[in-house]
Amino acid sequence: MSAATTLPEAQQEAHCRYVLRLADTSLVLGQRLAEWIGYAPALEEDLALANLSLDFIGQARLLLTYAGELEGRGRDEDALAFLRDAPEFLNLALVEQPNGDFGHTIVRQWLIDAWQLEIYGALEHSTDTRLAAIAAKSIRETRYHYRFSSGWLVRLGDGTAESRERMQRALDDLWRFTAELFAPDEIDERLNREGIAPALPELAPRWSARVDEDLRRATLRRPATQPYPWHGKGGVHTEHLGHLLGEMQHLQRSYPGARW
Amino acid sequence: MSEGDWPLFEVFIRSRSGLEHKHVGSLHAADARMAIEHARDVYTRRQEGVSLWVVRSADIVASDPGEADALFEPARDKVYRHPTFYAIPEEVKNL
Repeated sequence: MSAATTLPEAQQEAHCRYVLRLADTSLVLGQRLAEWIGYAPALEEDLALANLSLDFIGQARLLLTYAGELEGRGRDEDALAFLRDAPEFLNLALVEQPNGDFGHTIVRQWLIDAWQLEIYGALEHSTDTRLAAIAAKSIRETRYHYRFSSGWLVRLGDGTAESRERMQRALDDLWRFTAELFAPDEIDERLNREGIAPALPELAPRWSARVDEDLRRATLRRPATQPYPWHGKGGVHTEHLGHLLGEMQHLQRSYPGARW
Repeated sequence: MSEGDWPLFEVFIRSRSGLEHKHVGSLHAADARMAIEHARDVYTRRQEGVSLWVVRSADIVASDPGEADALFEPARDKVYRHPTFYAIPEEVKNL
């Protein structure tokens, strides 16, 4: 194979993987949030979490469809969502973490909402107009998600002794998964050079400042940065993703092609 | 924290074509900000509105149903108060 054909192909594959990372992050988070349906602490929160879940699944559908087209092997959104195994999923490891209690879910949500604000905000100006359009649509949802999650973060952090302790515990537990959010790898750098993706190290301080300000209002402590062995965007996941997929994909795996 | 501890709020929505906020129901929330978010999540999922008001139910002063006769009956035989006896100029909308 000549260099002339190798380069565009490698470029196309990197592009596809980049979109899949965004897609899978939304899909897995949407599935996690859906686990709350029927169990949330109040009827109103049940609906709020279901709404969030549907927003993320909507984002995932647009992104998965696009990733399938970039891949060019005829896989549609359903094939990508329901017929891939855990190592092929490229979501951030943060979103596959179990729900825990309501505060734990809120901390996870708030960390990812603040991340999406930066990512979608930057992708609105991507040279990839399809991705820019999806980002422009999604960021309106993200702004509400962030309003919701940061509101609860402050309310529970600056709440009772018990709620504060639970929020701090959740933060301490989830913080190690944030190292991945703005750590660029080859694919991020390659797409940044093409003008498709933002430079992650430039976005990191903005995320960090927002997080610090919210933590201050919530009277919570920012944990120390920890090394992490996961690389969700590279397909290296925690043990939780497989269980999540087992439930999410059960129907299509048991009855291939089932529709209703 | 349980929902039982949260005060009740009344929710009013102005629809896209509507001129005024209409009462649509009530919900529980810990504070005003949460009440707006709950109202958005519970009552505007199908594009029902473009503006929301919430007010604590306890802050609404209601008339006493026992006084309904005294309050509202006297208006019954005063049909001349309806503006149906006047020609409405075309320029006047939304009367």
